[in-house]
Amino acid sequence: MNKNEMLVAAIENGTVIDHIPSEKTYQVAQLLNLDKLSSTVTIGYNYRSKKLGKKGIIKVEDKWFTDEEISRLSVVAPNIVLNIIRDYEVVEKKTVCTPDEIKGIVKCNNPKCITNNEPMPTYFHVTNGILTCHYCEKEQDINKVELV
Amino acid sequence: MEKHDFVTIANLTREKILYMIEMAQEFERHPNRELLKGKVVATLFFEPSTRTRLSFETAANRLGARVIGFADPKITSGTKGETLKDTISMVANYADVIVMRHYIEGAAQYAAEVTDVPIVNAGDGAHQHPSQCMLDLYSIYKTQGTLDNLNIYLVGDLKYGRTVHSLLMAMRHFNPTFHFVAPKELAMPKEYKIYCEEHGIKYQEHTAFNEKVIADADILYMTRVQKERFSDLMEYERVKNVYILNNDMLKLAKPNMKILHPLPRVNEIAYDVDDNPHAYYIQQAGNGLFAREAIFCDVLGIDLYQVRNDQTIIP
Repeated sequence: MNKNEMLVAAIENGTVIDHIPSEKTYQVAQLLNLDKLSSTVTIGYNYRSKKLGKKGIIKVEDKWFTDEEISRLSVVAPNIVLNIIRDYEVVEKKTVCTPDEIKGIVKCNNPKCITNNEPMPTYFHVTNGILTCHYCEKEQDINKVELV
Repeated sequence: MEKHDFVTIANLTREKILYMIEMAQEFERHPNRELLKGKVVATLFFEPSTRTRLSFETAANRLGARVIGFADPKITSGTKGETLKDTISMVANYADVIVMRHYIEGAAQYAAEVTDVPIVNAGDGAHQHPSQCMLDLYSIYKTQGTLDNLNIYLVGDLKYGRTVHSLLMAMRHFNPTFHFVAPKELAMPKEYKIYCEEHGIKYQEHTAFNEKVIADADILYMTRVQKERFSDLMEYERVKNVYILNNDMLKLAKPNMKILHPLPRVNEIAYDVDDNPHAYYIQQAGNGLFAREAIFCDVLGIDLYQVRNDQTIIP
């Protein structure tokens, strides 16, 4: 274990979310509803990273995320890695898959869209990194989205 | 029974479009019937549109339905803060089909999802106006005898004009050649040109508008160039009189060529064109009645066979 890793305590069981672009750390926490968890959560950012310059790391004890929960992260941090920890060991690494549909996460950037004028969830179809609103059919780039 | 809505033109197949045209032909032969006797049609116009509303209400009346609804959003609870979902759910208790016009884009699709009553989109903002497209297609078919292999010239505001965008998408099944005639500021948006390329639709772009440019046209589809669409008013002043059709420009026109316009027109078609045999925009609006009678029957599960064997025709 090197010194950098020792800055955050290791966890016995749970998930370590790594390679988060530093400025997206809180968005990732928000998308995974970490504020509603009762187990221990450690959020760190501005760690030095060779790939990203600066990165964020989130450690969540006793929590393993579903594929649906992980797919939500595709809109903010498609390249993050989730390390599944059991008994202090990484037993699996999961990456984010971009889903075909995104519901209730991203805001439609068309102010005249029904989803911005009615209490209802948004709904997008995803093809080749382009989100198309199910209702108004306006398109937006997956890398430039605003969260609900 | 599966619920039928008429919300968008984009997903209609070639067969479905031709089927709807056949049905409209039946209604043109016999517009007055009692096929919808005992039914209640609601027309909810969250945005005023007199000619669309009258066309739908006439279609409902000529089929024997009764009509409820509002023409002016100021009198509805929407102004009190009621959601669209609540308004639609409430009206769904009363009506067998809901025709709705809304200024919000995607409103019709959402309405279709919150109720079991069929929804007919009578225009949702800048998004879709599928019944207008249906009557455009019917007008093209009626005047040309086919929808296949036509030269269609779209003139004027191709950037914001939803009717030209819908027409483009609906015609993808019929091997058209489109000509986009527009000032640079109102040119056909890139996304629709990509759509053309993806669907193998041939197109050419022109900024000039004169008798030679339109000599090959089968259909000349005119739209309004509106001042408020321009960010640069100098540009508007420069082009405002360029996209005006007058009688002298029709000398080279093919005999079968017809001029369409979604109406209302302001000055983009000179009044001296009205008596020219190529002019078709007034009849085009009249075709809206037959197209909308077909739409009502389709969403209510009345098929072409029933329409052809209808015993309720009023001579």
